[in-house]
Amino acid sequence: MSKDWPLWEVFVRSKGGLSHRHVGSVHAPDAEIALRHARDTYTRRMEGVSLWVVPSASIIASDPSDDGAMFEPAEDKIYRHPTFYNIPDDVKHI
Amino acid sequence: MYTTELQKSAAVASTEDADKLAAFEARVAADEFIEPKDWMPEAYRRTLVRQISQHAHSEIVGMLPEGNWITRAPSLRRKAILLAKVQDEAGHGLYLYSAAETLGTAREEMIEALHSGKAKYSTIFNYPTLTWADIGAIGWLVDGAAIMNQVPLQRTSYGPYARAMVRVCKEESFHQRQGYEIMMHLAAGTDAQKRMAQDALNRWWWPSLMMFGPPDENSPNTAQSMRWRIKRETNDELRQKFVDITVPQADAIGLTVPDPAVQWNEEKGGYDFGQVDWSEFYAVVKGEGPVAKERMAARRKAWEDGAWIREAADAYAAKQVEKRKAA
Ligand SMILES: [Fe+2]
Ligand SMILES: [Fe+2]
Repeated sequence: MSKDWPLWEVFVRSKGGLSHRHVGSVHAPDAEIALRHARDTYTRRMEGVSLWVVPSASIIASDPSDDGAMFEPAEDKIYRHPTFYNIPDDVKHI
Repeated sequence: MYTTELQKSAAVASTEDADKLAAFEARVAADEFIEPKDWMPEAYRRTLVRQISQHAHSEIVGMLPEGNWITRAPSLRRKAILLAKVQDEAGHGLYLYSAAETLGTAREEMIEALHSGKAKYSTIFNYPTLTWADIGAIGWLVDGAAIMNQVPLQRTSYGPYARAMVRVCKEESFHQRQGYEIMMHLAAGTDAQKRMAQDALNRWWWPSLMMFGPPDENSPNTAQSMRWRIKRETNDELRQKFVDITVPQADAIGLTVPDPAVQWNEEKGGYDFGQVDWSEFYAVVKGEGPVAKERMAARRKAWEDGAWIREAADAYAAKQVEKRKAA
């Protein structure tokens, strides 16, 4: 049995002006081949103008079991949204 | 289906945390997506690994019957199209292996299971491609049946699988249309060409219907899989849909599906059709397909013939690391 090459996460910028977006992953022995594999696997139909590959092991993810502690504090801070404020209808451009 | 469904019982072990299980079932029932690091029942994980890896293997083995005709495509246009189609199938295999890996199964394990003959893949790829018309029939019928199966899986409960299916579905439509176009041209050609097209349809029709898997009453895990949203329509529902859209497509180019029982049924709003020979299906699942051995031999040969380049890439990568250390 052979050993898998390291895993790389692939990010594609679909066109200028947009952020890179995660699209999937590839196995490759080094960054250069990871880029080539990513090109062949994820951009066969002009899906992108730029590629990033990042070693999967370098990604630090939040733990779903900590979701509450991580994200709930934002839930009751509705004053962070513009709709929280009542402004009379006849006041314009605000 | 691209999976054969002869699976062990998918029953949930009772030792698992009942609260976690209830929360999981509720999320799935609410059509939420489950992501790799979320808690999931072991049976759900196992069933998914089996289903997604079988699907991946089918994409990979599926390249072989068509690869057989790349060098003999009748024109440069057809050759470029077939190459692109086969390359897409390789991509589909890779998307799916990646999705299965997020469940904690290594790529090498899956490849090894395929090459050792332990893993299953779709029975359809164990039939031979005898003439150029078979390439048309495969695109039209086999990719057509795959689309029928894959479209609902875009909403499957496991996020990485659903996202892989979205990518796959975007690419499949071209596969089906190029196949139908091949059939269309042959059917409008000389008598010999038309006979070739009809012969290919005759041979691929029944195996295509088998792709949806055994009848619902012999598909014991369907209920569990439907509840988990890793299957969204039953085998018989999908098969009926496929017959309903495909029969008129055959008519439109003057070909006839090889089933005298096919007849429009006004009442059910669909076609009646004949019995699939399930003994043939089960035989092919067990590895008795006409070219099952050739397929695996070709797969293993491709893997072994590619060993030198994998080794060279490893050696090069190691050398670069050494160089950087020295610098
Ligand atoms: Fe495919
Ligand atoms: Fe396809």
